[in-house]
Amino acid sequence: MPRELPYIVAINEAIHLEMARDEDVLYFGQNMATTENEDFVKAFGKDRVRVTPISETAEIGLAVGAALAGKRPVVELYMAEFMLVAMDQVTNEGNRFRAMSGGQVTVPLVLKAGYGFAAGWAGQHTGVLTNLFMGVPGLKVAVPSTAADAKGLMATAIRDDNPVVYLHHYLLTLEHGDVPEGEHLVPFGEAAIRRSGGDVTIVATGWMVDRSLAAADTLAGEGIKAEIIDPRTVAPLDTKTILESVERTGRLVLVDQAPRHAAAATVIAGEVAEHGFSSLKAPIVQVTGRDATVPYSEPLEAYVIPDEERIAGAVRRVLGTSPVAA
Amino acid sequence: MAQLDRDRLIWMFTQMVRIREFEERVKRTFEEHPGVIRGHTHLADGVEASIVGSLSALRESDQVLTTYRCHGYPITLGTPTKALMAEIYGRADGICKGIGGSMHLTDVSRGFLGTSGIVGQGIPHAAGAAYAAQIRGDGDVVLSFFGDGASKQGSFHETLNIASLWKLPVVFVMENNGYNVVTQSHQEDANAAAGQDLSVKAAAYAMPGVTIDGGDPVTVHETVSAAVQRARAGEGPTLVESKIYRLSAHGNIIAPPGVPLHFPEHEAIEVFGDPEQYEAAKRGDPVPRFRGRLVNDGVLGPDDAERIAQEARDEMQEAVTFGLESPMPADDEALAYVWA
Ligand SMILES: Cc1ncc(C[n+]2csc(CCOP(=O)(O)OP(=O)(O)O)c2C)c(N)n1
Repeated sequence: MPRELPYIVAINEAIHLEMARDEDVLYFGQNMATTENEDFVKAFGKDRVRVTPISETAEIGLAVGAALAGKRPVVELYMAEFMLVAMDQVTNEGNRFRAMSGGQVTVPLVLKAGYGFAAGWAGQHTGVLTNLFMGVPGLKVAVPSTAADAKGLMATAIRDDNPVVYLHHYLLTLEHGDVPEGEHLVPFGEAAIRRSGGDVTIVATGWMVDRSLAAADTLAGEGIKAEIIDPRTVAPLDTKTILESVERTGRLVLVDQAPRHAAAATVIAGEVAEHGFSSLKAPIVQVTGRDATVPYSEPLEAYVIPDEERIAGAVRRVLGTSPVAA
Repeated sequence: MAQLDRDRLIWMFTQMVRIREFEERVKRTFEEHPGVIRGHTHLADGVEASIVGSLSALRESDQVLTTYRCHGYPITLGTPTKALMAEIYGRADGICKGIGGSMHLTDVSRGFLGTSGIVGQGIPHAAGAAYAAQIRGDGDVVLSFFGDGASKQGSFHETLNIASLWKLPVVFVMENNGYNVVTQSHQEDANAAAGQDLSVKAAAYAMPGVTIDGGDPVTVHETVSAAVQRARAGEGPTLVESKIYRLSAHGNIIAPPGVPLHFPEHEAIEVFGDPEQYEAAKRGDPVPRFRGRLVNDGVLGPDDAERIAQEARDEMQEAVTFGLESPMPADDEALAYVWA
């Protein structure tokens, strides 16, 4: 039965349920002694729930080693940027071991981190790093945009035998949504159609789904029916659902908070250009973050990150109803 | 106190008071002008003696790099507080043109080469600047400030090794407030868990390590001065563990956009674990402690102390007014400095 839960609570619920279901699931990271995590320590004990020093390379490397030895660690990393300190461990170790061992080993682990904190965090804390991780062989990347998916994708991530980078969007943390009780699994590689419409396909992830839905409301007032697709995982990427939608609508707008070169949008644009070119009635338009370090000052931050108006403008452009550049 | 003359002591006290008053105004801005400060700020109340004692060991051409807890350093180095406050308010007249914000202050003209918001990652930058100084051969020294939490990063260990190996003119000042956000040192540090000072880490890299009371600016000054002299003489780096109290919470509360951020005292108590510990921390507050000592020693009359405090209050009021009146930067400034 669904109930309303905040996105962040839905994530915790999934971890809790999976830890109760499978005693190999471990949960560790920095500052795990805070009240929100005390429940975990109480429920599962200090063997399975641990505080770590600020040592991302060791934390993630330990997760790889524990996974090789049969555990299923979830590493709490707080912000996606902190993974960059341990880039080798994230993108060049655990993700490669299954292939390099000729299939002898699996490395089931989850790297849980928030991202996209565009709220004046500036410089080194606001990145959208989906693009950095989605092209890495052996790594799966989940980017939930709703509370229900936040739960379902986390449960799937924990059960997945591959290393998974699970990126929750900081600006969705307190957004409520209907969340199924008990076991809830969202399959990887299956996009969700958030809104149906026959005039244009919009593909967006994370917080950009919200912004696209808002733009779609505005456009509906102008008689434009937008279909909004949320891939939910960018690796694996469900290009099939996107291509089918483009076949119906003939028009594609890609919305991505990451910098334009290169974002998940760039990859999707490539796939559609190659496999869906004949369906297109207009050039693909990408509405992305600008190629900049996100600045601190509010107007500058707003300038760098896609908003409702830019999305709506892009849609009008692909429909030929407005000459304004996105 | 022997080597420090009266003017120097008063200068040190004045800088401590200016930092404290600046931080108070940052705190108050959250309530008086909601929404003006965005994102995360990390205050240094409780750290003033360590900052001022360390920086007073430098000469003008030396350089400094720090973490995100960075307001106090440029204040002491002479950056106009108007430009600093304007930066924290995201304004065009900010020292970084509103692009950096509280966590990313930089003032190259005063040797403040910048900060990193990523724990431990600024430590090698300081060693790099020291490498450049070594090549210049002018005897300049670089100070690297970071927290105790940062000493768990590989970057710390890798940098101490190279700096010692190459005898780089750098001094590592670990400001140990006993906490990494809410995790206490003994929960995350093998040395602390074994009851050792964290400066023992220096021994692994064949450099001197010393632990001091970071609440006393004179002790800090003397210790860092000795380390700076050693570095200037080409004898290599030192690790100074400066023990301090953190009087505020780690940073302002993470609130969703539009919700005011603030620093209630109970939060600090929560962070300190128990009210008694917090009370002890307040008793250890370096600003009144140093004032008491200067007054006691006849260096400062009670009127002088009040005048200094009033001047700091006036200065920071001006900084706030200036910051609030400074315009927002133009949109495309966002792209102005992406490429050189
Ligand atoms: C690599 C990295 N991991 C985690 C964080 C989150 N974080 C920000 S400040 C902080 C605590 C750092 O403690 P310490 O180095 O002792 O400095 P303090 O803030 O206490 O001055 C943490 C964990 C970060 N910024 N960078």
